[in-house]
Amino acid sequence: MRIDCKHVWEHISAYIDGEVGATLRAEIDRHLETCEICSAVLDSTRNVVVLMADDRVFELPAGFSSRLHARLDREMAEG
Amino acid sequence: MTAANPEFEADCIRRILAGETHLFHDLIRPCERSIFFMLNSMLRDETEADDVAQETVIKVYRNLHMFRGDSQFRTWVLSIARNEGLGRLRKAESRREDSLDALSDDQGGDYTPAVLTSWREVPAKALEQKELGAILRKAIEGLPENYRNVVLLRDIEEMDVRETAAALDITEGAVKVRLHRARALLQRDLAPKLKGFAPKRARLFGWGA
Repeated sequence: MRIDCKHVWEHISAYIDGEVGATLRAEIDRHLETCEICSAVLDSTRNVVVLMADDRVFELPAGFSSRLHARLDREMAEG
Repeated sequence: MTAANPEFEADCIRRILAGETHLFHDLIRPCERSIFFMLNSMLRDETEADDVAQETVIKVYRNLHMFRGDSQFRTWVLSIARNEGLGRLRKAESRREDSLDALSDDQGGDYTPAVLTSWREVPAKALEQKELGAILRKAIEGLPENYRNVVLLRDIEEMDVRETAAALDITEGAVKVRLHRARALLQRDLAPKLKGFAPKRARLFGWGA
């Protein structure tokens, strides 16, 4: 079975997470070897996933942690 | 994110319940980020999220004896955070409840990616430019809530499918479908904007290197 671009896109997320079965993975890999569009879609999606995971993207507001622990201290003191 | 350590957690919980209450600070610390960002995603207001995060942590502290250890500690904490967040949303009915379930998973939609013919990787180093972080945050914040929560727990807090499903009280299948759609929407939105952050192509002959 030869798969088309749309089929590859449907499985991109699972492919990135290593959740596609061996047969499908081999089909996708074969498709990617010759399809520059799908390769670019895969690379850009993976790139977005990697960048999002960086702690610098979402930072806690200043003082969040100290407010939280101060509140906990009060709660513990009240016991 | 700090990786969960079930043995440390179990030991800590035993000691807290036996009276060493100060250890609760260490127990909850690795969960703080996930609690805040999940609530911020639900409430869309940093001040409210900060407030509800405190309520959540107090509730976790008071109910610690009820943790059975049949899920990860963080999963349990996040389901409490989610309930607290939902309670706050219900209270403020005037607030647009951006519909917790407005989008069903079998609903169609256009999830085709941005079509490109080549991609030069944007390295994490590019995040030193504040503008890139802002573009990413805006794209994630622009996702429908159903998708935003899943992306947040799976891709940002790097929780696994099972843990994410348990924290959000949805099936593992729903986590996968929503994550797939969210990533496709993000790729479509972000790919054209990220192109400018890729390093310039290396010069072939080493000139001016």
